Amino acid sequence: MTSLQDPSLSVPAPPKGDRGGSIGLARNLGLVIALVILCIVGVATAGDRFASSDNVLTILRLAAVVGVISIGMTFVITGGGIDLSVGAILALASVWATTTGTQAMAGDVHWIIMVFSAILVGAACGTINGLLIAYGRIVPFIATLAMLASARGLAEIIADRKTQIIRDQGFLDFFGAEPIGIPVIVIIFALVVAAGWFLLNRTTFGRRTFAVGGNPEAARLAGIKVQRHTVYLYALLGTTCGIAAVMLMSRTTTGSSTHGTLIELDAIAAVVIGGTLLSGGRGTVVGTLFGVLIFTTLTNVFTLNNLSTSAQAVAKGVIIVIAVLLQQRIANRKT
Amino acid sequence: MSTIHPRRRRAFAVAGAFAAATLVLGACTNNSGGDDDTSDAISKSNTDNDKSGEKVVIGFSAPAADHGWMGSITKSATTQAEQYDDIELKVAEGTNDVNLQISQVETFINDKVDAIVLLPFDGAAMTSVARKAMDAGIVVVNVDREFNSPFAARTTVLGDNYGMGVSAGTFVCDDAAGKTGLKVAEIAGIDSLPLTQDRSQGFSDALKACGLKVDNRVAAEFTVESGEKAASNLLQAAPKIDYLWNHDDDQGVGVLAAINNAGRDEFTMIGGAGSADVMEAIKADNSVLKATVVYPSTQAADGVKLARLLVQGKSLSDLAEIEVPRMLKLAAPIVTKENVDTYLPSAFRS
Repeated sequence: MTSLQDPSLSVPAPPKGDRGGSIGLARNLGLVIALVILCIVGVATAGDRFASSDNVLTILRLAAVVGVISIGMTFVITGGGIDLSVGAILALASVWATTTGTQAMAGDVHWIIMVFSAILVGAACGTINGLLIAYGRIVPFIATLAMLASARGLAEIIADRKTQIIRDQGFLDFFGAEPIGIPVIVIIFALVVAAGWFLLNRTTFGRRTFAVGGNPEAARLAGIKVQRHTVYLYALLGTTCGIAAVMLMSRTTTGSSTHGTLIELDAIAAVVIGGTLLSGGRGTVVGTLFGVLIFTTLTNVFTLNNLSTSAQAVAKGVIIVIAVLLQQRIANRKT
Repeated sequence: MSTIHPRRRRAFAVAGAFAAATLVLGACTNNSGGDDDTSDAISKSNTDNDKSGEKVVIGFSAPAADHGWMGSITKSATTQAEQYDDIELKVAEGTNDVNLQISQVETFINDKVDAIVLLPFDGAAMTSVARKAMDAGIVVVNVDREFNSPFAARTTVLGDNYGMGVSAGTFVCDDAAGKTGLKVAEIAGIDSLPLTQDRSQGFSDALKACGLKVDNRVAAEFTVESGEKAASNLLQAAPKIDYLWNHDDDQGVGVLAAINNAGRDEFTMIGGAGSADVMEAIKADNSVLKATVVYPSTQAADGVKLARLLVQGKSLSDLAEIEVPRMLKLAAPIVTKENVDTYLPSAFRS
């Protein structure tokens, strides 16, 4: 965790090697402080109810769905883009994977068919986004807004605006299981975070992402195929939407065109308070993880304390602002 | 990193603007009056069941209060709980995010509450976690949107959605008095919910009995904004209407706005759910609104009461039955100028 690169050094040229620990740590310090404060508030107000292992698992299960999408979103935003369609893609993937047709096929072969179809649908939608943006030269905001509308519309058509119930017990048993006391969807979330961190910080793919987001023209002159890379980024995010769809399917035992409504805002908020720059070129998977955990812990603390809807919404807004300000100050002082 | 500075200053400016906007909005929208009307109708049972018993911890979760009926659901549940000193009600954040609502129920399970009163955003999606609560020995009372497994709740409190449609359709048939060829239009609520499908089914079944049918149908989303949008489109599509049934009085505020904007008054409009505003309009009898169908917003309050009885091992005192019934279906009466005074006190504010 301490060996994160400082992406600010990677602008505009792709970074080489590990630019070490202390700066990355400092950047995340604000987030750690925020999370620690939240935990202290949680323990102070709810005591053992907050600090119990059951409650920690409740937080992690809640974080898993939005968390997986946020990791994908980190890549797209680092690469200079934005994706508003993730919730709609999640809904479409969940519906596609739970139609009577898919479920019948899954019944004949194996439930893994449902998993594959959700992920394939997600990846396909992401690829379409990427193609429209990279080769159609449509602004990401607009292209993904179009996808938001049409993917949810298509989900409603396929599901006939009804909730589709998953009958396959094998699927539910597998994803509902808790080997060594940890729910499967939390394990998947952890794997996605680890894979995302490795991909962004330890591979050429990650370095290209920083370069494309920091300065596309410089990246092109440096020989990076910017358009193709952009398509990859959106396809990657689509894939994480598919994974999130599978998680939500197992949690709700349903597929529905209403799944994932407004999840794009939670994901973008988590990425941004994590320290990824909305204008691109600078991004951190660990920061995003903290961002997601801060939001879900906040929700949990509020739920434990019986606090009203309206107070929560206000607190969330305030925390976004405070977290970003705090984190900017610390980062700037250190650099 | 001197280039960051202007950006930072801008960030502070934006934050300041947001803070100011929040204050202004908060001041403008703080309408505390009016909402208390429903609480008049919520009282104790006035039976031996009211006697303070063992303490009952009840977890309550409902969708986001984005329309008046739903706001009244949570409000009346809270009001009801306050009347019993042996109830401790834990209210979770209202949410339309099933993932979050599931985690709220998980929190209640972790807390080992005695009972959970749950109005799910999507009944099917909440079934599995409700079942988990039942397995953990918690009494689950399902309100309004039904689970898809009988094992997921001890007792279910439902409004009569099919009955709402029947009441509205029957009113149209009575009012039409045998005339045929009349144009009937319908503005439904959220189409993906089974309750909307039931309402529409009831309406069309009742109309069939007197030889009428729904000629134009659009769906809104229970909110004022969606009602306005749907109604504008409908009025554009149907130049002449004789009867219009709108499923929900909250979206009805928008529907009426669209009707006024279009300057239409050739038809009779029937509301749904039974808001206080609509009932007052029926009483005043100076608009297209001539009737509405009640869909009680006190369902969750009933859920809280039943949860208390179930945990304390009491029965419904007016029934011979020893146990609290598995399901309660509330009536959906039609409200017209003649009987509006009976229902006005328990109506909710949009």
